[in-house]
Amino acid sequence: MKEYVIQCKDLTKRFGDFYAVDHISFDVEKGEIFGFLGANGAGKTTAMRMLCGLSYPTSGEATIAGYNVYTQQEKIKQHIGYMSQKFSLYEDLTVLENIEFYGGVYGLDIKTIKARSNDLLRELGLMPEAKKLVGSLPLGWKQKLAFSVAIFHRPQIVFLDEPTGGVDPITRRQFWDMIYKAAATGITVFVTTHYMDEAEYCHRISVMVDGKVKALDSPATLKADLSAETMEEVFYKLARGAQRSGD
Amino acid sequence: MKQLFVFIRKEFFHVFRDRRTLLIMFGLPVVQIILFGFALSSEVKNIRLGISNAEDVSSRQIVNKIKSSSYFLVSEENISEGVIESEFLKGNLTAVLVFPPQFSNDLLHAGAATVQIITDGSDPNIAKTVVNYLTNIITAYQQESFGVATGYRIVPEIRMLYNEEGNGSLNFIPGVMALILMIVCTALTSVSIVKEKELGTMEVLLVSPFRPIWVLIAKAIPYLMLSLANFTVILLTAVYVLNVEVKGSVPLLFFETMLFIITCLSLGLLISNATNSQQTALLLSLMAMMLPTIIFTGFMMPLENMPVPFQVISNIIPSRWYFLIIKSVMLKGLGFEYVWKETLVLAAMTIGLLTIALKKFKTTL
Amino acid sequence: MKILFFILRKEFRQIRRNKSILAMMFVMPVVQLIILPLAMDFDVKGVNLVVVDNDHSTTSQKLISTVTASGYFKITGDVLSYKEALQFIEKGQADIILEIPPAFERNLVREGKQQLALYADAINGTKAGIGSGHLLGVIRSYNKDLEINLKAAGIKNDTGRIDITYSNWFNPLGIYKYNVVPAVLVLLLTLIGGYVTALNIVREKEIGTIEQINVTPVKKWQFILGKLTPFWIIGILVFTIGLIVSAVFYGILPVGNIFLLYAFAMVYLVAVMGFGLLISTYSSNQVQAMFVAFFFMMIFMLMSGFFTSTDSMPGWAKLISELTPVTHFIKADRMIILKGSGWQDVKAAFFYLLAFAVFLNGWAILNYRKTN
Repeated sequence: MKEYVIQCKDLTKRFGDFYAVDHISFDVEKGEIFGFLGANGAGKTTAMRMLCGLSYPTSGEATIAGYNVYTQQEKIKQHIGYMSQKFSLYEDLTVLENIEFYGGVYGLDIKTIKARSNDLLRELGLMPEAKKLVGSLPLGWKQKLAFSVAIFHRPQIVFLDEPTGGVDPITRRQFWDMIYKAAATGITVFVTTHYMDEAEYCHRISVMVDGKVKALDSPATLKADLSAETMEEVFYKLARGAQRSGD
Repeated sequence: MKQLFVFIRKEFFHVFRDRRTLLIMFGLPVVQIILFGFALSSEVKNIRLGISNAEDVSSRQIVNKIKSSSYFLVSEENISEGVIESEFLKGNLTAVLVFPPQFSNDLLHAGAATVQIITDGSDPNIAKTVVNYLTNIITAYQQESFGVATGYRIVPEIRMLYNEEGNGSLNFIPGVMALILMIVCTALTSVSIVKEKELGTMEVLLVSPFRPIWVLIAKAIPYLMLSLANFTVILLTAVYVLNVEVKGSVPLLFFETMLFIITCLSLGLLISNATNSQQTALLLSLMAMMLPTIIFTGFMMPLENMPVPFQVISNIIPSRWYFLIIKSVMLKGLGFEYVWKETLVLAAMTIGLLTIALKKFKTTL
Repeated sequence: MKILFFILRKEFRQIRRNKSILAMMFVMPVVQLIILPLAMDFDVKGVNLVVVDNDHSTTSQKLISTVTASGYFKITGDVLSYKEALQFIEKGQADIILEIPPAFERNLVREGKQQLALYADAINGTKAGIGSGHLLGVIRSYNKDLEINLKAAGIKNDTGRIDITYSNWFNPLGIYKYNVVPAVLVLLLTLIGGYVTALNIVREKEIGTIEQINVTPVKKWQFILGKLTPFWIIGILVFTIGLIVSAVFYGILPVGNIFLLYAFAMVYLVAVMGFGLLISTYSSNQVQAMFVAFFFMMIFMLMSGFFTSTDSMPGWAKLISELTPVTHFIKADRMIILKGSGWQDVKAAFFYLLAFAVFLNGWAILNYRKTN
């Protein structure tokens, strides 16, 4: 019996007569790394915002960690972590202060926060920078820190919205190591990206085109099905007929 | 030339697509003119007056005269002296007129009587005006009732120059003009330039074959036009809604306004050079510039009452000169020969500001 | 409660690091409190007078010296014709022309009555009105002197004379700054409560951190309370600084109960912060927020009775004035500081403010959505 932490069926978001997200359905297993691919404007971020309880769906159903996206958003928020496209740590707070703040906001007590942040900083090698303002860190470090903060309260699921935008390949590699490590502890990872090499790292991926889920399977199966060499090719074949151009 | 046109059109799109900019640009001046015209007058009216001891013929006659004047609302006809203070504390009354017990009697038989005016002095302006009004009414009563023919008298006749009807908004109109042009030109221009800096589009423009100086000119022209439109709106509102007569030459008004707009644009340019964020630019142009403009232009607070250092400072505020010019040309109907000095000051300021701004702009390239 | 503590700590840390906000909040009040009352003296004094004496008689000279001696007027010109005098007005060098007609003395003696012309530059209505009022007063008392002179000469005068005395309570000398300083205190709280709160929250929107907050289980009230409390405390601090500055600099000590004054300041701050919060929920960036805040603050301040008396306004304007919280606080604040009004006198204003605080914050909280 598989345990699903995200279940969604016919989830739709409409703005006027524009279907940003058009009847999407999928389930995500516990501990899975689920890649959410799509061109710019395909509706990835809108879909993710609905799953996080930031936005009301127009129709359809979805449960996150067993909670309903229409009525139990605040419950959902207790069990998820989120890292948005925009950098979301406070640049005018220090590394430690940011960790303390977000830990506190999720209801952790000071003792837990202290212990966990020590571990975290040691792991990230950020101990010497603990008292520095986040604004003064290089982008790669900021992203890694943002991810660590997003899973600091040990959520069941973490949503990552294009987490590696603008980061160099080495840091991206390290970032994915962190994702694997998190997944190994049982955290489900839901990640949007448009780096196709990253898509290969996911257990399963879904490809969104014009608000719809065009394909959903493991990278290997997708490549076989579409007789493609790389994920790049898979994506190109699926997205070729897209109506919406990038934003 | 075609490029310039394209650029200017783009700038207009920016302005007209943001409702909040429009609110500041056209909403604020119209609202201000209407408020100053109809709601905010320096004239004191509806004074809540209490009367104490008006129990005989003469005092009743005076009270009736007071009631028939539009300045007073006689709310308490017979209050005892003991409760005056508590009425003031509650803010129910602004002043009390106290008659002596035997007022008529004293007046007719002793030849003289004393009335007392007690005011709530916490607003000195109102207190002084109340005393003035009441003194006039009582003196008029005295002259009517006790004969004009006594003794020699000098009868002064007052004429109010430039403003026969006593239109209270006259002094405010040039002030609001100065204020609004200052906001629109200085704040909006600097913000729009800094915004391009922030978004990085400024760099794009500067690497285009368009010469940098043209970028600035293209930025400035829409705001110049909008400001002129704004000025026209204020002028029309003043003329048709507030019935203010433009006594002087309209072309001269527009010429002087153009000059002032260019002064403000230069200032905006300077601010945009000095800052890198829209927030700072706005804080500088709204907060830091606004207060001095309101204070030192002289339209809300009389300049000549200020301490000397303030009066000296006021000389470097461009709007002060513009205010003088508009007052002379628009309300007094004077010609250029009366305002050339102020015009010269404004022109010198403009050249100074523009030179600094352009120099700084070049070095930032 | 624990979560609130973390939010508060974060806010205080951020405020502490933002030097420009700190400077704005603590330096500006002091500067404003020192500059504004000095600048806002509406007392009409030093009215510039230009005299056209066409008579050059003893009586006319005496009249002029009486006018000069009154202390209100400064004679900036003594010219030969009305036309020349008008030049003074046009150039802004004089406010009033006093024209004495030819044969002034002769007519006065022969007919017992003589006209005199005053021309006031009425563009500045206040100055024209009060200035010519003063001048009339001087001429009136000069008239009295004339009558007394005549009486002394043996002509009977049985006029019923009404003498008028007056006293201005609470401010016997009629000093303007007493009226201005309390209002500036209100202005300060308004700026801090309204502007700073609006900008602070919109800033989180702009840099995107608000989304990160929205995805956490933080309750709306926790977030808003966490945002408002630090600025509320700063506002009260600034108010205190303001009171100290006005005591030290102007010698203005509240006559009334200081606790009552603070109670008002506390509720008022909550009300204007609600307003700032409301603006922030309707704006997506700081520039928008500032424009909207500026627009409304400008109207609020103008309508509040800060500059002109609300009693003098027409009905519709009075209604608008009543509908802004600033009006009620300025009124109560002046009453408590200057007159020593007590709770019974100002309780209506207090409940108004309380209602504003609940209404504005309620609206803002309803309008702030963690889920769209």
